[in-house]
Amino acid sequence: MSRASDFAAEAPAPLRAIRAPSRLASLGRWFAEPGVVAAAPLALLMLGGFLGPLLLVVVFAFMPGGTFSILQVPTLANFVEIVANSYYLSFLASLWLAALTVVICLVVCYPVAFAMVRVFGRHGSILALLITAPLFVADNLRLMGWVLFLVKGGVVSGSLQTWFGIEVDSMLYTSGATLFGLVYIYLPFMLFPIIMGISMVPEQMREAAFDLGATRFQVLREVDVPLAMPGILIGSLMTFILAAGSLTEARTLGGNAVTMIAMDIQKEFGFAQNWPKGSALAVLMILLAGALAVTALKRIDLDLIFGRK
Amino acid sequence: MNSTGRGVRFLYACLIAAFLLLMYLPMVTIALASFSRTRYFRFPIPAWSTNWYAEVFESLSIRNFFWTSVIIAVLVGLISTALAFFGALAFARYRWKGRKLFQKIVILPILFPQAVLGLALLLWFTAIGITPSWQTAVFAHIVWIAPITTLIIAIQVYSFDPAWEEAAFDLGATRLQVLREVTLPILTPGLIAGFFSAFLLSWANFPLSMFSSGADQTIPGWISAKVQAGYTPQVPAVGTLTMLAAAVIMGAGYGLVVLQARRRARAEAAG
Repeated sequence: MSRASDFAAEAPAPLRAIRAPSRLASLGRWFAEPGVVAAAPLALLMLGGFLGPLLLVVVFAFMPGGTFSILQVPTLANFVEIVANSYYLSFLASLWLAALTVVICLVVCYPVAFAMVRVFGRHGSILALLITAPLFVADNLRLMGWVLFLVKGGVVSGSLQTWFGIEVDSMLYTSGATLFGLVYIYLPFMLFPIIMGISMVPEQMREAAFDLGATRFQVLREVDVPLAMPGILIGSLMTFILAAGSLTEARTLGGNAVTMIAMDIQKEFGFAQNWPKGSALAVLMILLAGALAVTALKRIDLDLIFGRK
Repeated sequence: MNSTGRGVRFLYACLIAAFLLLMYLPMVTIALASFSRTRYFRFPIPAWSTNWYAEVFESLSIRNFFWTSVIIAVLVGLISTALAFFGALAFARYRWKGRKLFQKIVILPILFPQAVLGLALLLWFTAIGITPSWQTAVFAHIVWIAPITTLIIAIQVYSFDPAWEEAAFDLGATRLQVLREVTLPILTPGLIAGFFSAFLLSWANFPLSMFSSGADQTIPGWISAKVQAGYTPQVPAVGTLTMLAAAVIMGAGYGLVVLQARRRARAEAAG
C-alpha cells in the first residue's frame, strides 16, 4: 500500500471526468499543499511503524503454523485451531475484565473530573500536573508498589498484624487483583478525556437549565452527560482497548490467575516460536480495537475536543 | 456557579484527595521499601538502611541501563517533537484534503494496546531483518509517543490566531520565514511541553521496550527482570531514583513553560 494511492482517493471527484494529465497536476498540487507537506513525516511513520506492522501480523495469521515466511499458501488453520482448542477463552476473559474496568473507571472518574473542572477549576493546572505525574513512572514499577502494599507481610497485612493483631492473607494473585491493577493503571486514561469532555459543557447551558427549574439529577442527565459524551466515549474506548490488550497487570498482581489474550500472543511469539498462531490471536485484538476505534471516531469531531471551539 | 455549597465542596475535595492518595500509594510504598535493611520487604520496616542506594550507585550494569534509558528518551523526545510540530500544524492549523483521515490515523496508536503493538513491531523488525536493539526501541517508542506529542502541540495550535501568520505573509515574509519567526515562537510552550512529555513517557515505558529493545535493557526492563529473577531492595531503590528523576525533569519542564509564558507576557506588555 503506497502513500500516494492511499490518499489519491481523497482527490476531488469532478477531476475523474477530466483528462489524465490535469488529474496528475491536481495530485501534484495536492502534494505541494502545506498541510500535506507538514503531515508527510508523521504519516510515513504511521505507515511504516503502525499500519505496516499490523498488516504484516494479519498476513502472518493466514500462514501455516510454525513458518517464518509469508510466502506460503494462505490457510485458515490458525483460526480453526483457536476455536477448536478454546484459545479464544483468554480473549473472552480479557474482554470481560476490560468491560468491568471501564465501568469502574467511569464511576470513579466522572465525579473526580467533575470536581476538578467545575469545583476546583481554578487549581486545574496543578491538579492536572499531579495526575499526569504517575504516567511518567513505569507501569510495572507502580504495580510492583501495589505488590509490596498488598502482599502477605506487606503494608496492609503487616500493619493489621502488628497494630491490630488481625491476620490477613495475601490479597494478590487472584482475578480480583488483576482487575484492581487494570483499574489503577487505566484510571488516568479515563480521567483525562472525561475532563476534556466536561470542560466542553458551557457553564451558561447548565445555569439556564437550573434557572428553568431542572433538578441536579436532571441537569446531569440532560445537560452534563450528553454534552460531555465525546470525552466519555473516548475515555471508555481507550480504557477498554488498552485494558483488553494489557499484559503486565495480570502477570504482576494477578499472578497468572487470569490468562489475558496478550499473554497468549506473547507466548506464541516467544517460547512457542509460532508466529502465525500468535498473529492469528493478535488479529482478534486488531479487529476489536479497529472496529471500536473506527465506529467511535466516526461520531467524534476531534477538532471540537482538542480545539474547544 | 455558586450552587456548590461548602459541604459539597468539602466532599469533592475529599474525593480528589482520595484519588490522589490511590495514585501515589504504590510509589510511596516503593520509596519505603528502598530503605529497608532486610532483603525481603516486611512492614512495619524492622531496620532501615541506605546501603541499597550505595550498591545501586556502584553497580556498573545499572549505570549502563541508565544510560540506555537516557539516550532512548532524549532521542525519542527530540524526534517526536520535531515530527509532532509539523504533524500538529497539519492536524489543527492547515486546511487540506485528507486532514480528517490523517487525524484519525494519528490517534490510532494511542488507542492500541502497547504490548500487542510491541509484539507486532518485533515481528516487523525481524521480518525485515533488523536485529532489535536500543535503536529499534527508539523507533517503537516514537510510533506511540509522537501521536501523543502531536495532540499536546495541537491543543496549542488550535488556540493560536492565524491572523498572526497572515499578517506576516502580507508584510512579505516567505513561508519559511513565517514558520521560523511567527509560528515557532508562538508554539514554543507547546513544544517544550511536548518534548518533556515525550522524554518522560519514553523514560517510563516498559511494554514497548520489552519487545523492541532486544539485548539492550532499559531501566524499567531491568526492574521487571529483577523482580522475576531475584528481588532485592535495589529494585525499589532504582525505582525511587527513576521517580525522583522524572519529578525533577517534570518540574524543570513546567518551570520552562511558565518562564516562557512570563517572558512573552512581558514582551507583549513592552511592545
